[in-house]
Amino acid sequence: MTGGKVNNSPRILVFSTEKISDPAIDMAGLLKLHYPPTVYTIPVPCSSSIKPRWILHALEQGFDGVFIAADGTDCPYGESCTEKTGQLMSVTQQLMKEKGIDPARLKMAAICSVCSEPFVKHVKSFAEYLSKSSN
Amino acid sequence: MKKKIGVYICHCGGNISDYVDVEKVRQAVEGDEGVILSKTTMFACADSNQKEMVDDIKDRELDGVVVASCSPKLHLLTFRAVVERAGLNKYNYVHANIREQVSWAHSDNKMGATEKAIQIVKAAIAKVRNTESLEPVIVEATNAVAVIGAGIAGMRAAIELAEAGSQVYLIEREFFVGGRVAQWDDLCLTEETGKELITRLYDQVMSQKKITLFTGAEVIENSGSVGNFNLKVKITPRHFKLRCTEETLQQAIDVCPVEVPDEFNFNITTRKAIYHNYPSEYPQLPAIDMKNCTRCGECEKVCPNIDFSQKTEYLNLKVGSILLATGFDPYEPKKGEFGYGEIDNVVTFPQFKRIVHYCDDKLVYKGKEIKNIAYIYCVGSRQVDGENKYCSRYCCTAIIHTAITVKKKYKGIHNYHFNRGIRTYGKAEVWYDESSRLGDIYLQSFEYDPPVVEKSGTQTIVRIKDMLTIDKEIEVVADLVVLVTGMVPRQDNSIGNLLKVPRGRDNFFNEIHMKLRPVETVIDGITIAGASQGPKNIMESINSGLAAATKSFSLVNSGELALEPTVAKVNLEACEWCGKCDEACPYNAFEKVETGGKFIAKVNSAVCKGCGMCLPVCPTNALDLIGLTDEDVESMIDALIPNI
Ligand SMILES: Cc1cc2nc3c(=O)[nH]c(=O)nc-3n(C[C@H](O)[C@H](O)[C@H](O)COP(=O)(O)OP(=O)(O)OC[C@H]3O[C@@H](n4cnc5c(N)ncnc54)[C@H](O)[C@@H]3O)c2cc1C
Repeated sequence: MTGGKVNNSPRILVFSTEKISDPAIDMAGLLKLHYPPTVYTIPVPCSSSIKPRWILHALEQGFDGVFIAADGTDCPYGESCTEKTGQLMSVTQQLMKEKGIDPARLKMAAICSVCSEPFVKHVKSFAEYLSKSSN
Repeated sequence: MKKKIGVYICHCGGNISDYVDVEKVRQAVEGDEGVILSKTTMFACADSNQKEMVDDIKDRELDGVVVASCSPKLHLLTFRAVVERAGLNKYNYVHANIREQVSWAHSDNKMGATEKAIQIVKAAIAKVRNTESLEPVIVEATNAVAVIGAGIAGMRAAIELAEAGSQVYLIEREFFVGGRVAQWDDLCLTEETGKELITRLYDQVMSQKKITLFTGAEVIENSGSVGNFNLKVKITPRHFKLRCTEETLQQAIDVCPVEVPDEFNFNITTRKAIYHNYPSEYPQLPAIDMKNCTRCGECEKVCPNIDFSQKTEYLNLKVGSILLATGFDPYEPKKGEFGYGEIDNVVTFPQFKRIVHYCDDKLVYKGKEIKNIAYIYCVGSRQVDGENKYCSRYCCTAIIHTAITVKKKYKGIHNYHFNRGIRTYGKAEVWYDESSRLGDIYLQSFEYDPPVVEKSGTQTIVRIKDMLTIDKEIEVVADLVVLVTGMVPRQDNSIGNLLKVPRGRDNFFNEIHMKLRPVETVIDGITIAGASQGPKNIMESINSGLAAATKSFSLVNSGELALEPTVAKVNLEACEWCGKCDEACPYNAFEKVETGGKFIAKVNSAVCKGCGMCLPVCPTNALDLIGLTDEDVESMIDALIPNI
């Protein structure tokens, strides 16, 4: 499927958010909480700003999975974020099904600005799922 | 498309280069399209490297720059400033995070880390190829600030702003200023009373021509954005023309038949519908509480200054910035929590402050003289099961200070402190020391095994498994149990909702960054101060009040404001106005306009916060965020995948 895997780990694209989850991912590094180096992040202002086409693009171009590190209820732009991120998740998963892509290759979890450990746990178990399902 | 890109890869001492082969990264990207310069550097942020970058940009006429170093939270602005100094538009700079998200995160896997760093730098290069020079959105700014809440933080901030030269509207919801501090007599850490502090600030507020104080006032509408907020303020009349003489006022109070719980005294006493909280309170003009007044007219007969014809007024204010200092509520224990509301000699700390205020030579509550006082700490703070996980900061110090005051003021007092570990941080440690020397007893328990308050016959007993005496069970017969209640956010958050100021996990107003931007909110132009942001003592409240005043002032003083241009952009051809973007936008930044015979969406760039919530909902993909276009994101994704 995809080329150039380091340690054969699946390639995961994380959409983090500039003010909330990206600081948590930074802090995971600071705390030397390790996770596979095939996890890459693209920070966006808010998790409800992610376009489904970006996710599909990533999956079609060779990422094994996409993880949305959502703002959850901490979103600095308002309470509607959780619902809106949920909506774009389901819209995208519907599109994935239509294209014959396993919808479980898209995952989302709320990652607060200090949720470094949960982040690492999530991406590790996601990576595990992805490597099992690709075999 | 950029053709002259410069790339700098930082060793960060060894923080990056101990795990990432930075030279290998450099070699991997030097041949990328558009890259004409690539360097590694020991410290990218060092002065010498910044100078070298400026020279490079000028000499090689670079049109795009990437620095791969630490997190953008630390140095994005530094390097934007560097490229700007070299005459390049700062939006042609892209930052790559290869420390927090690469070398540190993958210090266990050097090969993996190096490979990841390569892709991340390639993605940054892909992004910088597409960047455009952008100009900040310039808006006019009104040199006026609305300070909401005339507690200690708001008053101090208002004075600072006025001294600096801004017009200030100080808006207080109550009829009297001072907030909570006016409710406490003796205060730590200095031996002034709350009233003295408030009097001093009030005098300064009044002598400042640039401050207009509104009491009984509330902001009820808000529109506009940073630089130009339009606020509608509702001002409730006091129904007094002038201050009456003490005598006629007292007569008016005496004849008023209405009696309601006195919130100023935390309901341990009652007051009339016509009231002032204490005789010398500011403004020194009593008020009539129309929610409870029956309009019987008795007061009018004895006091000529009462005027029921006064009407509610509405005022429109235009301000450049809003400083929120609406304070906190004391935690209200649940019925039965440590006997509260069920055992009659269990009170809260705020109530205790008022009881001490009213008792002169003997401490008496409900007709009984008090000798043994049990203080139960952390009520409503550091909760194991409840939502308030935080420490309320002020309480250990304030209660120990109050216990000392009580011991010195009345004879024969015994203080028993049922605590969970004392946090008299900083200079306050001396009070803890003094109280121990005065013979106060400290008993400590774990959070999962708190003390128990029980009624046994006529006695109230507090029992604890005291960890300081290796879990010995100890009982104290208490004449009064004081629940040392913490701070909670104001129950009425209407102002927060109106201004759309986000709240943090503790439900207090949330700053952008706890350390680096502690008084700004994500709503440009709205700053926060005092205990509205989280538990604070007076000094901390004033510190943040002054910081917020400076920040608000810096936004409005020049009359002009430069805003980040990374806002939403509408593709005119693709847009078919359906209104979905408008629905998704939390800030009402969209407007329906007609152009070329069709309706389309227009973005008000001064209002748009660049959150991007509108992007995924557009059915025709007519929306982009400047700096995060489809091309930006998709080219980064492509670059993150190694082509092997
Ligand atoms: C029992 C007790 C004892 C204490 N003792 C001490 C002590 O000894 N030393 C010490 O340093 N600190 C002490 N503190 C802490 C101190 O009270 C706070 O630090 C201080 O009150 C915070 O000031 P503030 O201006 O932020 O908030 P507040 O005092 O709460 O003032 C906020 C003001 O905003 C107004 N307001 C609220 N909402 C609105 C609205 N929507 N529109 C307009 N106005 C609004 C309120 O009416 C109020 O006037 C004590 C606290 C308690 C509970």
